Amino acid sequence: MNITLTHFSAAIVFALCASIVFGITHRDRTREMVRYGAYCFVMFLGGVFVAGWVMWILRR
Amino acid sequence: MANLSTQKAKAVPTETVSMMSIVAPAVGWLIPGAGHMIQKRWIRGLLLFLSIVSLFLLGLAMRGRLYKANGGDILDILGFVGDVGAGALYLLTLANDWGQGAIAFATADYGTKFMIVAGLLNFIAVADAYHIAIGKKR
Repeated sequence: MNITLTHFSAAIVFALCASIVFGITHRDRTREMVRYGAYCFVMFLGGVFVAGWVMWILRR
Repeated sequence: MANLSTQKAKAVPTETVSMMSIVAPAVGWLIPGAGHMIQKRWIRGLLLFLSIVSLFLLGLAMRGRLYKANGGDILDILGFVGDVGAGALYLLTLANDWGQGAIAFATADYGTKFMIVAGLLNFIAVADAYHIAIGKKR
């Protein structure tokens, strides 16, 4: 079975999986785990958008 | 004076080395999330399992390349270290000769990175299982 993901969908999957692991392993309480996981997810996706805009600016 | 040093010694948290502190990381490495599950952290273990296994299998399905033990380029060695963190997934993939990589597909490179990151994330999960086993984390 072969799967072809776009760059953006690959980034979302990566961010989701990594954020879950970071949330669970870097915090002690359940509430803090959820908050930190969500924070990591937003930061990952934010980083993707920022990097995308930077590349768009550099290309011009 | 002697009393003061005794109090200081008592204040230092002791890390108990139990059987669980050896078994949990080993099982956690072999099966992602299992190190948490055998310590009755069911939901955490299940989420870790789903995240790490999904990432590894997606990488494989994207025709990512699996690094084998090598003594060549430093990046190849680091790739092997990352991949081997996936435990049984790595051994199973290696045994079946999957993960050959396909340079004709741009997404295959993403797949290679997915598999490496899955292994590295499992190393973090293993360390977390150890910390739970020694009582450093709840």
